Amino acid sequence: MFNLKRDPASQPNSWRTDNLPAWGLFFITPWIIGFIAFTVYPFFASLYYSFTNFNIINLSPRWVGLDNYVELFTADPLFWISISNSIRYAALLLVFATIFDIFIAYLLSQDVKFLSIYRTIFFFPVLVPVVAASLTWIWILNPRFGLMNGLLELIGIKGPNWLASPNTAMYSLIFIGVWGSGRQVIVYLSGFNDIPRQLYEAADIDGASGLQKFWRITLPLLSPQIFFNVVTLIIFSLQSFSEVYIMTGGGPANSTLLYAVNLYNRAFRDYAMGYSSALAWIMFLLILGLTLIIFKFLSGKVIYER
Amino acid sequence: MAVLQRSAHGRRAMTNEERNYLLLQRLRSVIKHAVLIVFGIAFMLPFVWMISSSVKPNIDIFEIPVRLIPKSLRLENYIDATNAIPFWQYLWNSTYYTIFATIGAVLSNTFIAYGFARVRWRGRNVLFIIVIATMMLPFQVRMIPLYILFARIGWLNSFLPLIVPNFFGNAFYIFLMRQFMMTLPQELDDAARIDGASEWGIFWRIAVPLSKPAILTVAIFEIIHTWHDFIGPLVYLRHPTKYTLSIGLRLYFTQYGAEWGLLMAAAAMFTIPMVIFFFLAQRSFIEGITLTGLKG
Repeated sequence: MFNLKRDPASQPNSWRTDNLPAWGLFFITPWIIGFIAFTVYPFFASLYYSFTNFNIINLSPRWVGLDNYVELFTADPLFWISISNSIRYAALLLVFATIFDIFIAYLLSQDVKFLSIYRTIFFFPVLVPVVAASLTWIWILNPRFGLMNGLLELIGIKGPNWLASPNTAMYSLIFIGVWGSGRQVIVYLSGFNDIPRQLYEAADIDGASGLQKFWRITLPLLSPQIFFNVVTLIIFSLQSFSEVYIMTGGGPANSTLLYAVNLYNRAFRDYAMGYSSALAWIMFLLILGLTLIIFKFLSGKVIYER
Repeated sequence: MAVLQRSAHGRRAMTNEERNYLLLQRLRSVIKHAVLIVFGIAFMLPFVWMISSSVKPNIDIFEIPVRLIPKSLRLENYIDATNAIPFWQYLWNSTYYTIFATIGAVLSNTFIAYGFARVRWRGRNVLFIIVIATMMLPFQVRMIPLYILFARIGWLNSFLPLIVPNFFGNAFYIFLMRQFMMTLPQELDDAARIDGASEWGIFWRIAVPLSKPAILTVAIFEIIHTWHDFIGPLVYLRHPTKYTLSIGLRLYFTQYGAEWGLLMAAAAMFTIPMVIFFFLAQRSFIEGITLTGLKG
């Protein structure tokens, strides 16, 4: 995703005289304005606010130095709870969604009848607005009258309280996360379809087993899609907010208090804008660090050339 | 494969080995389809349950054991849902937000991506890397200063903080469109230039028409994104007349949590425009997702 193609247009060109940045800058002017106003300014303002106590009534910051950061690391149990919840959520969702989506995409790549119908079905959850989906899931997972426990009852299992119990709430959210990961199925499916058939036929002639073919052909050639999906899934799931905020609000007993939910509560429920700016910066550094680590360890293993 | 071809001739009876092979193939196919059907049904169940609950009268909602197919229909739930909340107001707000955010995204990103993909100028690649880098910045970092900024200039409780930034480009869409525009043949531009076309003429007459698939993809993504958007309206829209469906529906739930028939009817009316939209633009949808980031 991030290996930028070297295009001929970027090479110095002798017969062209209009190499001056004028036209290029003309076209990207909107981006430059937006970049300064909606990225650069908030980026530094956020850093500044993180060292202040922000008064929401007259919108004025008061310098407090490192106080916010000290409080966050030493005196705020919710910070540590939310950070460990978010890492757990992201890690489990990554594992389950990746395995499940590759599995489904693999099945769909095997000359399936009615492919477009299946593809639509697995993509469908992406279309349901997050609020509509979340409300539906609250209702499905209702311990007494919901569909889930109703179905479990048919086969004689007494279902748990799902979102209402600290033991199962997090797993319910991950389950729902996998349900909503159909975008990845489409990406993996396109990856499977790009793998040349001849490679498998050649492996067949050499007498390779199914497992060998999977490890030696499928997985390496699927690596660009895996890399793309893993990176985006980690970045997005560490920022997960809406579904969780609607379905559990971080409860019960803070068991699903994700980092972004905690941050939102501190900023817009308690109006502790300075403190939550410090939280936001820790989040930024965490995501940046994780992304760099993934790039360092995974990008070398990605095979782009076919 | 070889085994199959030989037996297709049908000249002689199949050996045991060939028969087993065929049987195994058929078994694999059956298992494959069975697994897909089971998961496919499981994936649709939430939606089926939403629709099913939306037409149940209140007594049937709390029935044990659960019933997926309603035994009696109460379509009035849909009318009641539009009266229980200012549904049409919310729908209009969501539509308004979606239309203008999408116009902004399409105009700005086509324009900007052209500057990054088709015009040659020094410093272009450095700036493009900065564009990519901004994707790493979590929304949460920008959220608080932007909220304070918009509060200062009096934009809270209006759609301006949600719509205006869309007219200044979005890193992901710029990336997507640039990747697409780079694949257009350079000869077209050169030919047009020889014919005396200006840079603007090339953009408007050549790049825009040829980039239709990418433009459509951006429009589709943006329509879905704004229609679904929850956190944006949650932060900026605090006045009930400005609520979008996302905010209004959640508010209704927190106030009247047990009205599942009406809630599911409202949720269905919120979802169905997206479903219709998907079927109208299905091909571009799938192509768009495949296009995102995997070419390049």
